[in-house]
Amino acid sequence: MDKSTGKQYKLIHCTVNGKEREVMVDVRASLTDLLRNDFRLTSVKKGCEVGECGACNVIIDGECFNSCIYLAVWADGKDILTLEGLEGPNGEISDIQQAFIDEAAVQCGFCTPGAIMSAVEILNEGRLLSDEEIRIRMSGHLCRCTGYENIFRAVKKTMLKRLEAGNRKQE
Amino acid sequence: MYDIKALYEAASVAEAIRLLQEHPRAQIIAGGSDVLVQIREGRRAGAELVSIYGIDALRGVTFDGEGAIRIGSLTSFSHIAASPIIREKIGVLGEAVSLVGGPQIRNIGTIGGNTCNGVTSADSASTLLAWDAVVELTGPEGIRRLPIRDFYIRAGVVDLRSAELQTAIIIPKAAYEGYFGHYIKYAMREAMDIATLGCSVNVALSDDRKTIRDARIAYGVAGPVPMRAPSAEAAAVGRPVCADTVAAFARAVLSDIHPRDSWRAARAFREHIAVELARRALTKSIELAGGALDG
Amino acid sequence: MYAGQKIRRVDAFDKVTGRTKYTEDLCDRGAYVARVLHSTIANGRVIRIDTAEAERVPGVVRVLTCFDLKEKHYFPTAGHPWSTDPAHQDVADRLMLTERVRFWGDDIAAVVAEDEIAAARALKLIRVEYEEYPFVLDVQQAMMDGAPLLHEAFPNNILRHTQTRLGDYEKAIQEPGLTKVEGWYETPVVQHCHIENFICFAEAEGDRIKVVTSTQIPHIVRRVVGQALGIDWGRVRVIKPYVGGGFGNKQDVLYEPLCAWLSMQVGGHLVKLDVPREETFVSNRTRHSIRNHIVSWVRPDGTFAARKLEAFSDQGAYASHGHSICAKGAGAFPQLYPCENVEVDAYTVFTNKSVAGAMRGYGIPQAMWAVESHTEDVCAAIGADPVEFRRKNLMPVGYVDGFSKNELYCDSFNQCLDRAMAAIDYERKFKAYQNQTGDVRRGIGIAMFWYNTAVWPISLESTSCRMVLNQDGSFQVQVAETEIGQGADTAFAQMAADVVGVPLEKVHVVSCQDTDVAPYGTGAYASRQTYVAGFSIRQTGLMLKQRILDYAHLLTRMPVFNLDIADGNIVRTTDGRVLMSLAELATEALYSLTDSRHITAESTYQVKSNAYSFGCTIAEVEVDIPMCKARLLNIVNCHDAGKLINPALAEAQVHGGMSMGIGLGMSEKLMFDERTGRPLNNNLLDYKLPTMLDHPRLVAEFVENPEPTSAFGTKALGEPPACSPAPAIRNAILHATGVGVNTAPVNPHNLFRAFTEAGLIHDESEVSRDV
Repeated sequence: MDKSTGKQYKLIHCTVNGKEREVMVDVRASLTDLLRNDFRLTSVKKGCEVGECGACNVIIDGECFNSCIYLAVWADGKDILTLEGLEGPNGEISDIQQAFIDEAAVQCGFCTPGAIMSAVEILNEGRLLSDEEIRIRMSGHLCRCTGYENIFRAVKKTMLKRLEAGNRKQE
Repeated sequence: MYDIKALYEAASVAEAIRLLQEHPRAQIIAGGSDVLVQIREGRRAGAELVSIYGIDALRGVTFDGEGAIRIGSLTSFSHIAASPIIREKIGVLGEAVSLVGGPQIRNIGTIGGNTCNGVTSADSASTLLAWDAVVELTGPEGIRRLPIRDFYIRAGVVDLRSAELQTAIIIPKAAYEGYFGHYIKYAMREAMDIATLGCSVNVALSDDRKTIRDARIAYGVAGPVPMRAPSAEAAAVGRPVCADTVAAFARAVLSDIHPRDSWRAARAFREHIAVELARRALTKSIELAGGALDG
Repeated sequence: MYAGQKIRRVDAFDKVTGRTKYTEDLCDRGAYVARVLHSTIANGRVIRIDTAEAERVPGVVRVLTCFDLKEKHYFPTAGHPWSTDPAHQDVADRLMLTERVRFWGDDIAAVVAEDEIAAARALKLIRVEYEEYPFVLDVQQAMMDGAPLLHEAFPNNILRHTQTRLGDYEKAIQEPGLTKVEGWYETPVVQHCHIENFICFAEAEGDRIKVVTSTQIPHIVRRVVGQALGIDWGRVRVIKPYVGGGFGNKQDVLYEPLCAWLSMQVGGHLVKLDVPREETFVSNRTRHSIRNHIVSWVRPDGTFAARKLEAFSDQGAYASHGHSICAKGAGAFPQLYPCENVEVDAYTVFTNKSVAGAMRGYGIPQAMWAVESHTEDVCAAIGADPVEFRRKNLMPVGYVDGFSKNELYCDSFNQCLDRAMAAIDYERKFKAYQNQTGDVRRGIGIAMFWYNTAVWPISLESTSCRMVLNQDGSFQVQVAETEIGQGADTAFAQMAADVVGVPLEKVHVVSCQDTDVAPYGTGAYASRQTYVAGFSIRQTGLMLKQRILDYAHLLTRMPVFNLDIADGNIVRTTDGRVLMSLAELATEALYSLTDSRHITAESTYQVKSNAYSFGCTIAEVEVDIPMCKARLLNIVNCHDAGKLINPALAEAQVHGGMSMGIGLGMSEKLMFDERTGRPLNNNLLDYKLPTMLDHPRLVAEFVENPEPTSAFGTKALGEPPACSPAPAIRNAILHATGVGVNTAPVNPHNLFRAFTEAGLIHDESEVSRDV
């Protein structure tokens, strides 16, 4: 606790998009604040700040969380992935990002980062999901532009492509 | 940025109790999906918090010695739903918590938080109530256990004493063995919603599956706290498995429940839905138990 | 040709990688944070504000109240072109902060602080004393004598009343053998819910003020900030970065004037005003709730003898876009199903509710809810087939609107109906779902729509474009029609590439509008982007091409009439030979020691035409009667939006509009407390925006009849998809159950009421008393 300001800080260690980071965080900060302000990872969007819209969704230790209602101090020791972390060293993008482009799943783009991160979580499970399951797993993202149709298509198409590639490898 | 006066992080239950004793005004934050929202709204702005989110010992679903199912209070909804024990023994609880909010909320939301906030709409609560769950509370004086129906005092208030925290929810073997149940969440959306009404029913049938040996039903949002419907249960226990029994059971819930008239839903509407949910949830539970209404 | 191709969005890569910068991403972290204090009464006056305690909060920079506003410059907020004729100017009834409170959520004070926590704490410590007046929330009650009056200049709270009279209604209804069909149809207050809330930041630049804002209308914002602050408009610089959705809410000037003023009150320091979601619902804009009363007199042969519409549009507390929304809806009534004897009365009325403004569809979704629900009721009343009745009565081919000169050139309605019916297997399902019994029933329903592109001749339609050639033969395109997510920049790039004759990647559309730099135009609204910008892009592209070819003549000695640009090369048309690349020409032009030219083109086109856009929705539902729930199984929209510039983006846009229509029809409603006027569900949990699980697969179909008046054969598509889904769903539920719900949304609350009235379900409490 800083006696002069009354502010309280904590030094945390975490991995952000594959890089080990050490950062002093204000205990009042949300993970959204930390990622946007300290690391300038502005793909993490703010749409409601109460966990209802999904725009701030990031992956922590393999699971999706709305970073707006996740205290930054809790990131200590965690492995955090944001949309920026999907990009390869030479600017290559992942299959799901390409699918969002190809299927016209992007309009205003504000829900896009969060939605892609949920898709990543699903796709990383490497199993076939029914249409209903895909919808359930993507239902934590509000989108006003797309009617979700092309987002659904992008996720499903990428899932099938990956499974097909996996099958080919096994053969 | 949240208006938090101070944050104390506990790494163990003992440390949490100590911190709560040292900071008697501090409130517990588990996953934070309620507490942080309330801080932002201003209701809890400027609060001192004891974070128990880091106590990994409170996570996981296990069997204890007597075959009871023990759910650590910090277990997230998604982990409960994925637990093989829950899937095998009390699948309806997994189904119920899979209807909480959306996927990200189910990753942060904990069963302890869902019950300790004392809200009637909690999707886990009606099923826990309907399965005679026991709440384990740990405090400076040690551990005490009480039936979850006694844990709820009034809207937003639970029997949590000073410097005490909920450490587990336990479903005794006798409470689940031989029971089959179904939960219906009635909401305005298929996801990201709170229940307009939640109804959890389970039954144990006689060996020949012709008689209802036991029936339990609990509601969320039918009153200020999650509640059982004893008249309905009485109307079914010992009765033959048939459509008349189901109808009598469903009708009887209206003697038990007291839903509110609010902008979220009219009382008459909630009552109508309560009866329909009871009917459907019991029918489904009987099916799951191997019974047949037309048999 | 790129027009007509499914080109990937020009901004998609940046959007899927998180590189795209929206307003907040551009704001320096040193900004002060501003928050607005909203009134907690629905009608009255602020008597006193005590800011002493708030000012003592550490980190608070200034607390400013309505009493600090020394010069009162009333300003309009609608994103309409300005009119130099005072009679046609928008109503100027807003102040940045107001003593006179007209709705719960009015802006009465503001805090500027070093951080958001200090601002939030200060807000809570401001003490406000009000003089409270009675308030009125219902649109028709507000019109009654003695109702609380919101604005002195508007007796009975009527902002405007317009009439249409065709033929002789009273005489026509005397015809023997007519069936009278009458109904009241109402839509709720809904909100845009773009995922990026409104946000802006402002700071001084010399003696000017710069505002960066999430808006659809940067040039209009510049004008209104100037008006509100009482400063010369040229002293205002407005910058529009990428926008996270607008849907009409950001076609209003929102907090840009206040933010600019706050910055000026703290010495020009950077001030950010980021509106929380809860305030976006209440203190931005909403969609007008419109109550429509329709009477139709129908002949035994299934034609209309006479029709009447009364529309009561709930404006909320301030004029914003005013009567234009209700008027647009009312204008559709006599046109969609023409009839010789028509009476239309349209009223826009102030109430003590959140301010209604533009929202996707601009009055047409409300009008179609009424008109197409009513059409179905007419069919039911006279036993007509819903498809045949519509085919017989819809606007005929060759119909011309005398005012706009818009014309139905092709058989668009029937073509759209045919295609939609085929896509959803209508005929079979319609027959299969007749006369069902049981708890769970299915139904299928139709609704048509009519939509007018753009605003000519009601308002100015002016569009400007600038093209600047680079050394490599690529060029920048600037227009004032803004990209807000709809895909405008991509369509513009396709058009520009075609007109000039270069590969698409040689066109760089400047997405950001900076009013210091961007050519003048009024922004994104009225589904006019491709139609209107098409004119200036074509005109300017041809100018640029002419200048390039003139220079090519100097370099090649060939006559211009034998030259063309194709695929980025200067081509001799007589033999098709490539004479040089555009890149070679552009480099030479810029660096030539004999004749150096910076080749650019810029022009304004005043559009004096307009176009009808048409289509329909067919929806299939399953209704669980005891559960009072309708589930949407299938839905298809079919549109004639003229030639599609980009079919993939067109389809995507239709999905989004359908989704908004589904929300309007089934779940969304912003509610207000009858006792206090307080909004009840102003958050994304309690306001039921559909999720992915609430939608079936969305199917978009098109009929492409090129619009003859258009620069690229295109016409409105942005708003039309939201116009017809709600009544189609309502009509499907009617088909399934025999119960027509006239108040949207058809949610479980309304179904419970309707099914109880119809005797399909019973009051459980009565049943329980029986046992």
